Amino acid sequence: MSAPTQLPRADRPVRAYRRRMPLLWWLGRRSYLLFVAREVSSIFVAWFVVYLLLLVWAVSRGEAAYRRFLDWSANPFVIALNVVALLFVLLHAVTWFNLAPAAMAVKVRGRRVPPLLIAAAHFGAWAVVSAAVAWIVLG
Amino acid sequence: MADRISLQVARYRPERDAEPTTQSYEIPLRKDWAVLDGLNYIKDELDGTLSYRWSCRMGICGSCGMTVNGEPKLTCATFLTDYAPGPVRVEPLRNFPVVRDLVVDIDDFMEKLSVVQPWIIRHDEEPPDGEYLQTPAELADYKQYSMCINCMLCYSACPIYGLNEHFLGPAAIALAQRYNLDSRDEGAADRMEALASQTGVWDCTYVGECSVACPKGVDPAGAIQRYKLTAATATLKSFLLPRGGR
Repeated sequence: MSAPTQLPRADRPVRAYRRRMPLLWWLGRRSYLLFVAREVSSIFVAWFVVYLLLLVWAVSRGEAAYRRFLDWSANPFVIALNVVALLFVLLHAVTWFNLAPAAMAVKVRGRRVPPLLIAAAHFGAWAVVSAAVAWIVLG
Repeated sequence: MADRISLQVARYRPERDAEPTTQSYEIPLRKDWAVLDGLNYIKDELDGTLSYRWSCRMGICGSCGMTVNGEPKLTCATFLTDYAPGPVRVEPLRNFPVVRDLVVDIDDFMEKLSVVQPWIIRHDEEPPDGEYLQTPAELADYKQYSMCINCMLCYSACPIYGLNEHFLGPAAIALAQRYNLDSRDEGAADRMEALASQTGVWDCTYVGECSVACPKGVDPAGAIQRYKLTAATATLKSFLLPRGGR
């Protein structure tokens, strides 16, 4: 009787190569960079929430505290932070509304509402709410 | 037009290579040749040791997905002349373990596919003698998602899957939606546990590159966002309505 033959190569365990994602993978493509920027924007959304709470807290403690809050807000560092935060929050809002038509499949009388119309409705509602807030605050 | 082009092909032979290397081949540049034709030329005429997957050559089987000049592509539908004068870099699909040369291990995708139960589920009856009837409008609700050929280009394009292999991934979720939105199917609740979990739709942060890479216009990114709304609505209903809104 002959010796047992060696297993064919295909039956041996395979040592697969795993390529790790490079640390700076998100710099290689515009959509990846935009995606990471949008993720980072959450931090600035959180900052605006904190800022609003600080404002409410200052108002609740009386005029002197409110004046101190305004003085602190006029600090160039805080202004710069808020400008950067505003840009990130705008990015967050625009990408969020651009996503809406992908998430919403609305049908009216059996016909799918065009995605562009859904996006336009969201941006329109945003503009109306923003105008209302601006009117209340500035008016 | 030059009559030759250089293909820089990733080689990985696990029995001798610690990591992939690049091998350059000069091949004829013909107007009607796709990258896959170039690889077949190499295999037949220059170097029979090159390994890669392919089958139909017409964008149906989904076997020949590779990374061409950094982009996930079906090599049968990617023409060499579009890359002239070259060179053209051909690498295996990203985000998958490489078994040999341009061949990747697809076990992970195959397992994920079965998790979403991509078939018509009926609970209440024996199969009918004839067909389940469906109107053209009902067909249109899911047809786009039924075009998926399981080529995995979307997984290769998805950085979330690259960073977290537990993510269910674009094609599996799009295929789940293909059945969820089918008027003949009753399995949406059965699929919900896998889809609405952390490693399901909620891992997706809408990079959108899966839909860019998809060669069949399936738009898996859209399918995922749509299911997020479905999952969120179902969760809200389960809190607000008696008997979980069922």
